[in-house]
Parts: sequence; C-alpha cells; structure tokens
Amino acid sequence: MGKLFAVVLTVITLVSASFFVLHTWWMPVDISVHGPALDKQFGETLLGTGIGFIVAQLSLAFFVWQSSGRNEGRKTRQFPGGARIMVTTAVILVGFEILALSFVGQKAWAAVNLDPAPPNALHIDVQAEQFAFYFRYAGPDGQFGGVHPDKISDGDGNYFGLDPANDVAARDDIVVGSLTIPVNQPILLSMHSKDVGHSFYVRELRIQQDFVPGLMIPVHFTATQTGKFEIVCTQLCGLGHYNMKAYLNVVTQEEYDQWLKSQIGQ
Amino acid sequence: MHDTSKQTAEHHHSPPQGFLWTHVFSLDHKVIGKQYYFLSLAAVLIGMILSWLVRFHLAWASVAIPGLQHLSQVGAPGGIITPEYYLSLLTLHGTLMVFFVLTTAPQAGFGNYFLPIQIGAEDMAFPRLNMLSFWVTFVGFVVLVSTLFVSDGPPISGWTAYAPLSAIGSDAGPGLGTGQVLWVISIGIFCIGSLLGALNFIATTLDLRAKGMTLARMPYTTWAWFITAVLGLLAFAVLLPACVLLALDHLGGTSFFIPGGLVVSDKLQPHSGGSTLLWQHMFWFFGHPEVYIAIIPGLGITSHILTATARKDLLGGTRVLVGCMVSIAFLSFMVWGHHMFISGMNPFSSLVFSVPTLIITIPASIVTLNWIGTVFGARLRLHTAGLFAIGFISVFVTGGLSGFFLAQPSLDIYLHATYFVVGHFHMVMGVAAIFGMFAGTYFWFPKMFGRMMSEPLGKLHFWVTFIGVYCIFMPMHYLGLAGNVRRYSAFVDDYLAPLIPVHKFITISAFVTGAAQLLFLFNLFWSMYRGKKAEENPWQATTLEWTIPSPPPFDNFGGRHPVVYRGPYEFGVEGTPDDFVMQDSPEQPAKS
Repeated sequence: MGKLFAVVLTVITLVSASFFVLHTWWMPVDISVHGPALDKQFGETLLGTGIGFIVAQLSLAFFVWQSSGRNEGRKTRQFPGGARIMVTTAVILVGFEILALSFVGQKAWAAVNLDPAPPNALHIDVQAEQFAFYFRYAGPDGQFGGVHPDKISDGDGNYFGLDPANDVAARDDIVVGSLTIPVNQPILLSMHSKDVGHSFYVRELRIQQDFVPGLMIPVHFTATQTGKFEIVCTQLCGLGHYNMKAYLNVVTQEEYDQWLKSQIGQ
Repeated sequence: MHDTSKQTAEHHHSPPQGFLWTHVFSLDHKVIGKQYYFLSLAAVLIGMILSWLVRFHLAWASVAIPGLQHLSQVGAPGGIITPEYYLSLLTLHGTLMVFFVLTTAPQAGFGNYFLPIQIGAEDMAFPRLNMLSFWVTFVGFVVLVSTLFVSDGPPISGWTAYAPLSAIGSDAGPGLGTGQVLWVISIGIFCIGSLLGALNFIATTLDLRAKGMTLARMPYTTWAWFITAVLGLLAFAVLLPACVLLALDHLGGTSFFIPGGLVVSDKLQPHSGGSTLLWQHMFWFFGHPEVYIAIIPGLGITSHILTATARKDLLGGTRVLVGCMVSIAFLSFMVWGHHMFISGMNPFSSLVFSVPTLIITIPASIVTLNWIGTVFGARLRLHTAGLFAIGFISVFVTGGLSGFFLAQPSLDIYLHATYFVVGHFHMVMGVAAIFGMFAGTYFWFPKMFGRMMSEPLGKLHFWVTFIGVYCIFMPMHYLGLAGNVRRYSAFVDDYLAPLIPVHKFITISAFVTGAAQLLFLFNLFWSMYRGKKAEENPWQATTLEWTIPSPPPFDNFGGRHPVVYRGPYEFGVEGTPDDFVMQDSPEQPAKS
C-alpha cells in the first residue's frame, strides 16, 4: 500500500509541476511598464515554491516507500539530526525566501501603488456600476465637471450625474463605454463606484484594483503595446457580474488624437 | 492538579432517562459530539450537492438539470440555472462548508467527543452550556438552509458578504433582501454557538485534567482543540458584532457599511456616512483566524494519528508542534489585510500585512518537515486513517505553497479573485481539513460506535478522493494563471472561452470524487450496524481514549479515576511486550 502511495504521489507531483514548466496555461504577454518586475517576481516565487513542492512531495513519497511493507519486527529510526535540523532548515530557507521576496516585492508593489503618477499623466475618470464601466475624459478645457449622485440617470445617459446646465466644466466632458489610451503615455485613472463594489482587471496590464463605494481610488500605468484588450470586473457585484466588461484600446498618439477629435465633435 | 482531579471524581449529571434526554437534549459530551458530527455530515452533503450544481453549470451552462426547477422555479426555470441562482447556490455552498463543516466537525464534533476523554475527564466543564451550543448552532443551520425556500432565494453576495452589496437590500439584486437578512441572522447565531463552545473547551482543558495529565502530557489533538477554542473566542467575538451591524443596516435603517451618494437600480439610497471597508476589516479579522480554526484541529488529528501509523512519536514532539501551532494562531490575527491588498485600503498597509503572512509559513513549514521526518524510518501501518493522515501532509504542502504567491501584494495584483485563489484555499483549508476529518472518522469510529469500518471500502474511498482532489483543484491554479476570474456564472469573455475544456475536466473530476464520498457514507452507516466489533484499542495507540471500552460507558471511565504517568506517545519502548505503552501505565510495573 505504501509503495502504491509513493508511486501515485510521485506521478501527481510530476504531472502537476509539468504544466507550470510547460506554460500550458499561462499569463498573457505583459504590455505595461511596471509588469516585467511583477513577472520576474512571479518567476522567482515559482522557482522557490516549485523546488519546495517537488522536494517535499518526493521526500514524503520516498519515505513512505521506505517505511512500508513487511516491517513489524524492525525498530523505528529517527531522522538524522532530529527536529533541530528541520527547524533550522525551515527558518533559514523559508526565512531567506521571505526576506528576498519581501525586498523585491516591495519595490514592484511601490511602482504600482506607492509612487505617484507622473505629472504628465493623462487623467481619466472611471465609474463602475452594475454591470458596466464608463470612462470620462476632461475634454478640451482639461477640467472635469462636478458629479451629482442625485442627477445620475442611466435612462438619460447621464451615468456620472453631470450638470452641464449649471456647470461649465461638465459641458465638454466626454463619456464613453470603452477605454481608449495612447501607447507609451502615462495614464492616471480615478476610480469610483456608483453603487456596489466592483474591480478593474486587465490581465495584460498586470492591473487589478477594486472600486470602493465612497472612495476615489487613483491607479496609474503606462501601456507599451498597441492592441485591444478586455477589461473585466473581478469583485462580485450582483447577478450580471460575469458579464461586466469593457474594452481597452491602446492606440498610437496620432490615432488617439484623431479619436479624441471625433468624440469632441459628437 | 490534585484539586481538579476531585472535580472529575464527581460526575456532573446522572445518566439520562428516555429517548429525548438520551439522544436529543443530552448533556453527555459524547452524544453532543456525535450530534455536531452528523450536523456537519448533513451540511457537507448539501454543500457537495451544491458544488455539483455549480460545477455542472460552469461546464454545461445551457444543459438542463432534471428536477432542479422543483427546488426553485425562478432560479432554475426548466432546470437551467440562472446567473443569479448560480451565485445563490455558490453563496450557500461556501457558507455551509466554511461554517457548518470546517468549523463544526473537526473542532466541535471530534473535540467534544474526545477532548474530555483524552484528558481523563467525565464530561465537559459545562454540560448544559455544551448542549446549548449545539442547539444554537443547529438553529443557525436551519435558518441558513431556509434561505433556499424564501421567494427570491439565498443571497448572491458570496460567503464573504461584502458590503454594500450585502447591506443595501433587494435593490442591489435577488436574494439580497430576505435571503441576506436570514444569512446574517444565521451566521450571528452560529457565532453565539461557537463562542459558548470555545468557553467550554478552554475551561475543560484548563480545569478538568486528570491527575498526572500535565500540559506537556496532553495529546496533540487536545492541544489543537484548546488553541482553536482560544482562536474561536477571539475571532467570533468580532464576527458577531459585524453581523449585528449588517443586520441593523438592513432592519434598523443604519449606515454602518453604506456610504452616502450610492445610486442602485436608479434609486439614490437613503444612507450616508458608512464604510464599506469596515465590513471587510471586521470580516477578515475573523476570516483569517477562521482558516486556522478550520485547519489547526486537522494539524492535531494528523499528528495524533501519524504517531500510531508510524509507530513512533512525532519528530520534535509536543514542544515543537505546540510551539508552531501557538505561533500560527498568534500570527493569524495579524494577517487579515492580505485578503484586502487590492481593496483600496492604504497601499502601505499591504506591505505591513504581507510580512507576517510570509512569516506564518515558517511554523507551518516546520510542522510539515517534522511530519515528513516522522515518516522517515517509521514502521508504517497504512490503515485507511493513516493513509488519510499522510494524504493530509501532501495536500497541506500543495495548498500551503500556493499561499506564497498570494501573500505578496505585487503578485496578488494579477492573481487576486482568480481561480488560483479558489484552488489555494480549497486545497489548504477545504481538502486538508476534510482529510483530517476522514482520518479522524476512520481512526475514532471504532471508539465512537463500537464497530470497525470496512478497510477495503475505506481504502478505495481514499484512493479516489486523493487522486480526485488533485484533478479538481490543481487545474484551478492553471486557470488562475490564465486570469480566469472566480464567481462568474458563465465565461463570456473572449479570453475565457478556451479555458472551458479545463472546467469540464474539473467538473467530471468533481462528480467522480463526489461519488467516492457516497462510498464513504455507505461505509459509515453500514459499519455502524454491521461492522466487525471493535476492541478497546484496535490501533494499539497510547492515549486515554484507548484505555476504555468501545464505545465508552456514560461516564467514560466507568467510575475509575485515571491517573496519567507518561507522555502521550510512547512508542518503541524497550523492555515492553508490545511496541507501545499506554499513558496510564504506571512508570514502575505494579508489584503483585
């Protein structure tokens, strides 16, 4: 029975690990400036935990193989070095891994969340609601109009609750259902929710951030490749959660300028 | 210790008379332990069926499930699950499994039955409170299941019930009115039951130990139940007020978790001043220790059974294991923020919460290495209980290691809310804890029911389950790497479509693994009546539960007051006829 266990566990271990090694299912190619640091950290963590996984499972399999069978008369043996060697190994190896990951990870996290957006960042206001994202550009005046929850009306297309009649800054605000940005341009999103919690997740950008009702949350990034990517909601927000999505269009500066002009004209 | 032994000398209550007082409102810890166990069994059955429904829907969303429309005409018209009903079933699955299975069976079930016996006591410190804890928990269970039968079904906000989705009411979606209120009442009631239980466990362990049962001589399981009780006392004391506040937001017009200016279903909500993150902080302050409330009894049970399986004490013994369990318990209160890395809380906090989360892996690694080191040079007797204990080590390693990724805020950016998280917590908290329960069931069944379970059926159950859980939960990690978001009732995004075959594989694996659990159920009930009669000590184990008849008499020790002379796991002792010595064997053989 023990030998069967050892064989089964070995097969499980090798098959499980092989899909990680072969990248059968994997992250899409990163398109952000901060992404490579995160991917590198992911790779280092995978290496460390992968070695730990294989060594621990195969040791367990090997020891079970060794310790089973017809052995009633045999005396048990202690692990060489006893618990002291185990405690020392865990403290040193895991401790080293923790120090390394914390140190490297802190820098990667800081690049996304602690460093402020560059001053030249393009500022876009994002509102999440059941079950859509809306994006607001400041328009030619560079100013966002004020938001008035009592004026919000999806039926009238006033998703943000703007008051153009009394608020000059609101008159040229551009509100669209997909996010169009220029490549290699720092972007600053101001994220807020109209109703419940939502989240903004773009796999290729290595960005995920919750929308928290009552809070305005800044997120900044720079896309390095053009293309069309999916923005999905990752925070359970109600019955249509699975279907809450939008597109991110990363375009050249010229295409962006043209797009913006066409939106102003509308 | 001498004074406390006097307490154990007098039984708290006399043997009950009549069916009602013997089997229903019994004060006997053994009956209450079994009641908790069977409550968990009912909950896990419902939870498993719910998981089959959600898994089936994920793989074949447009295929009808015959008969399901009778459960809810609105939720499953023609047998096809709607997106909102999918979320209702998912919420109920998570809530049942976390609260009424993982928190209930390993701690309240086995703990109630065996903690008093293992310390040489005749019952728990407060038998009436003990009975009350069970019945309060039972009411919580009934209230939760009743959500299936209210008009718009169980809540759709997940077992984490994030506000304001869970606080606004039916404007936010189906199930968020009556269903959500019943959910929060159920969990509040559950908290009360757990708090009462925790007090009883702590008092019993500290006050009712037999003569000679020093703390150092307590079995690993007793330590685990004791530490878990302390965790429960602190954690449920925070979840209970959180539930009260959430109920007040629904019923009292308050705004604890709802900020102002929210427009839901085109209605400006009449709330202001609340904080949605407050719910997350309160919930996860409970929620992370809860992971350890579910798993620490499993650590104890695995260590306890491993000794009898390996015929040697655990490497490092009580000092190292208890040191690690206490460290894990202590650190578990400092890490709740790692569930909230991308929640919008101050990003500096994420770095602060990350460090203790990573540090907690050190005691967990020490325990794991000591288990593996214990298997080295052992004389393994691989009965089903032993197989599940060793299987526990494997799944605990797998589930624990993926935690390394999620403990780092920078990696959580990509992996948060994906199937990677689902695979991680199911493996480490669900599967590992359930392996602990299976190990405990196969090991202690002879003592609890006086009969042996079928070993061939048990082993078949083990093999299908062990391979099955890897087939279910390992691919979830790959899905997470591909960015597959959790809690989606269908995969409509372009990048998710190619992943559906993986979901089908998981669903088929879940059905096969689930079928093996029916085998377990058959074995359990068949063996209760038809199993071979059990001896007093069928596993040749050393602790006090194996010094009394199977099943034990009403007062456990038949009027005898056990005296403990030895540590809990003396195996391989020189000069003894067997390879083990019972805890109550005198140090010097008695002179005739």
